[in-house]
Amino acid sequence: MPISFTLNGRSRTADVPSSTLVSDLLRDHMNLTGTHVGCDTSQCGACVVLLDGEAVKSCTLLAPVLAGRSLTTIEGLAKGEKLHPMQEAFHTQHGLQCGFCTPGMVMTAIDLVNHNPVPTEAEIREGLEGNICRCTGYQNIVKAIQAGAAAMAASTTAAAA
Amino acid sequence: MATITGVGAAPLRKEDLRFLTGRGQYVADMKRLDMAIGVFVRSPHAHAVLKGIDASAALQAPGVLAVLTGQDVAADGLGSLPCGWAITGKDGVPMKEPSFPILAQGKVRFVGDMVAFVIAESIEQARAAAELVIVDYEELPAVVGVLEAVSDGAPQLYDDVPGNLCCDWALGDEAATDAAFAKAAHVARLSLINNRLIGNPMEPRAALAEYNPGNGHYTLFTTSQFPHVVRWLMSALVLKIPEQKVRVVAPDVGGGFGVKQFLYGEEAVITWAAKKVGVPVKWVSDRAEGFMSDRQGRDHVTEAELALDENGKFLGFRVHTLANMGGYLSTFGPNIPTNLYAPLLGGVYTTPAIYCNVKVVFTNTVPVDAYRGAGRPEATFVVERIVDVAAADMGIDRVELRRRNMIPKEAYPYQTPVLVEYDSGDPVGCLDRAETVADVAGFASRKAASRAAGRFRGLGYSTYVEACGLAPSRFAGRLGARGGLYESATLRVHPTGQVTVLIGTHNHGQGHETTFAQIVSERLGIPFENVDIVFGDTDKVQFGMGTYGSRSLVVGGSALNKASDKVIAKGRKIAAHLLEAGEQDIEFEAGVFSVAGTDRTKSFVEIALAAYVPHNYPLEVLEPGLEEQAYYDPINFTYPGGAHICEVEIDPDTGVVRIERYTGVDDVGTVINPMIVEGQLHGGIVQGIGQALCEAAIYDDQSGQLLSGSFMDYCMPRADMSPHMDVSTHSTPCTHTPLGVKGCGEVGTIGSPAAVINAVVDALSHLGVTHVDMPATPNRIWRVIQNATLPRALAAE
Ligand code: FES
Ligand code: FES
Repeated sequence: MPISFTLNGRSRTADVPSSTLVSDLLRDHMNLTGTHVGCDTSQCGACVVLLDGEAVKSCTLLAPVLAGRSLTTIEGLAKGEKLHPMQEAFHTQHGLQCGFCTPGMVMTAIDLVNHNPVPTEAEIREGLEGNICRCTGYQNIVKAIQAGAAAMAASTTAAAA
Repeated sequence: MATITGVGAAPLRKEDLRFLTGRGQYVADMKRLDMAIGVFVRSPHAHAVLKGIDASAALQAPGVLAVLTGQDVAADGLGSLPCGWAITGKDGVPMKEPSFPILAQGKVRFVGDMVAFVIAESIEQARAAAELVIVDYEELPAVVGVLEAVSDGAPQLYDDVPGNLCCDWALGDEAATDAAFAKAAHVARLSLINNRLIGNPMEPRAALAEYNPGNGHYTLFTTSQFPHVVRWLMSALVLKIPEQKVRVVAPDVGGGFGVKQFLYGEEAVITWAAKKVGVPVKWVSDRAEGFMSDRQGRDHVTEAELALDENGKFLGFRVHTLANMGGYLSTFGPNIPTNLYAPLLGGVYTTPAIYCNVKVVFTNTVPVDAYRGAGRPEATFVVERIVDVAAADMGIDRVELRRRNMIPKEAYPYQTPVLVEYDSGDPVGCLDRAETVADVAGFASRKAASRAAGRFRGLGYSTYVEACGLAPSRFAGRLGARGGLYESATLRVHPTGQVTVLIGTHNHGQGHETTFAQIVSERLGIPFENVDIVFGDTDKVQFGMGTYGSRSLVVGGSALNKASDKVIAKGRKIAAHLLEAGEQDIEFEAGVFSVAGTDRTKSFVEIALAAYVPHNYPLEVLEPGLEEQAYYDPINFTYPGGAHICEVEIDPDTGVVRIERYTGVDDVGTVINPMIVEGQLHGGIVQGIGQALCEAAIYDDQSGQLLSGSFMDYCMPRADMSPHMDVSTHSTPCTHTPLGVKGCGEVGTIGSPAAVINAVVDALSHLGVTHVDMPATPNRIWRVIQNATLPRALAAE
């Protein structure tokens, strides 16, 4: 069945069976493989995307949910060459190693900061409850989210000024 | 003037951008227009006779291209999965080496053993057809634990492996150790379990294979840490096809930790299948499949005894270990609990006599092989735990006991009684520094505050050493390695002076694209931005043994350093010609060739151009071009080590252990990129904390089913249980690697489990607790507290 939605700012229509998972729709039909699949029990968060701005696990959603809504994936975050402040912060704080968990971490982090613009370390750690990273030991991810939060705040202030 | 970003600088990582923007290219991301999808049919039984397979219904199912079984493997005359190590038992008896078929033959030996491969046009069709494959199993009793497997009457996995004993192996001087025990004032004793772990890199394994009938070439894209070794073993020993007609590519790989450093049956089956069905075939493991097929780690049962004199000097150390191999021998399997374990039992101490016996045992579980640290965390855990036990027994402070027995800095190089000679180190210096950073002085008041709040606080130490940089080939060969363990690098200077490095190691998170570029920037005096690192493709890179055992920088980086030497040597010849000077008068520094004592110079870029535009060039004696290759085989292992101090607080009502502070001071030799080293230490420490506090692969001892088969049942460390860590380095340069590096990939995982458990035991010591097995889950700790020998009310006094 045809499903129309906005994907990274562009209107798209996908014709897939209604049993298709959003993660499969993105990876297999839209050729957007930045959204990863790391488990089969909705535990790892490698697949997190933003649906109408809220973090969701795309491995747990069926494609028809998207109808009329707006989906942002890791590929849609940067504006041209300019990285989103959270992407930039993961880079400057060495918040990634193998990169597999990274798209989900970055999307989760943006959602976390949208809800809590100045999170404490404990709040960040709590907020990452649904995301597993096997490489970094989380310390630099936490640092990156703190730095990203500050940068996001600065860029909204700059935009408002 | 070139800006050099060299040794000790911390440039941000070159590899980040593609991962941050979703442009990484992992195997699961790859597609071919006409590709088919494969699904493995795996045994649901831990031990059974395979009486027959009826694939007729599956073959009739929609979209199915083929169903391949062990019979097809046999009909095509394919080989089995080779074991890369042939260890020899204590009486000169070679290990038992039963064959490990790529699809089961005659019997299945663990839940997840591969029985058939179903290929169809879509994943849905392949899965549906896999359900239709009828396998006739005659179930047999299973055995999953090592103690049970070696007991009389245990189910036997192999007719020709009596008692399930693969090898009865030993290292050390047994008589000298017995003599040491005979004169001991005290003997400390400890029985422990080193829990089985599942590596679980976040990217599940995957493969895509294609065959070109036009030229007979195969291409395998696979999630591997060592594509050249996969090509070598798979082509020569399993598929029996010409090695040069096989290309193996390991593109971006989402973490390895050892799990991806083996030749897997899946890789061979899918490559063989691609030719059979005539279209590319792709397989992607889901997590559940990974749990039952990724090689697992650890799983020891150990009895250790430490002999001490009346002053607490270690006189002798005796260790008996039963090591679980699972159902078959994996690529490095038997090497891990033997050669990578016993030689580390000296620790950082001067123990003069050590004897270790390891019984390597088959069971009906997933094959066990290397997982980050591989053998060395097990050794460190035994040593560092028993030191604490001895200290408590003798009433000597555990730090004081360590200091009394530590190898002093001046005593290096230090020959241990268990093969290895440590080239350099400063365990006392690491410990001093760690005690300061950890604010050990303030511990007593923090403990009092915890006690006042009704909680137990403990401090744990782990002062450890490990062997890295695998490995000197000659040495490894004596120990049973069937391959070499050198590394290779090609340094290709382009006409513009920019550089491509082709290296045999594999980057899957370690930051090689950055660290190796720093080495070239430093050596050639060219901008870091001008250096790109290529790896992971057998068609591009000459050869390589891959990435594991903290070897990439130590062995690969040394090869790259050697290739740099060769480039500079050739550049010097070219410069001598252009500057009309003698070669011996040419100096090279910071990217500039100059004639000593003059202002006549040629930049590296000018030399590169001259090499490719040889108009004014010594063609009679020198070839054009500027590209050099080097192989480096290490002289010794490297021996990183350090001191880790962990501080925990335990809530006696829930049994929850919280890590309040974690300090690591590590000696990793020369640090190329401190940011990356710190990241490696963080990740390694949290994996060790995972082993200590939550991770455990649990099998049902009757059915052999893996009970911890998903992230819901197998506890991975998460952000909220991981501590903030204070890590730093206290380095003594390695004396035999050209860059002084020792490697840092595994230190965290090796040092940390003992620090955590020692802290837990310390927190509970007032209850009479002397040992706690891993993982120290809330449930286990709560029970330990409930069953403690000293009543809590009394203990709270
Ligand atoms: S893939 Fe693991 S939570 Fe979605
Ligand atoms: S960076 Fe590898 S899993 Fe997080």
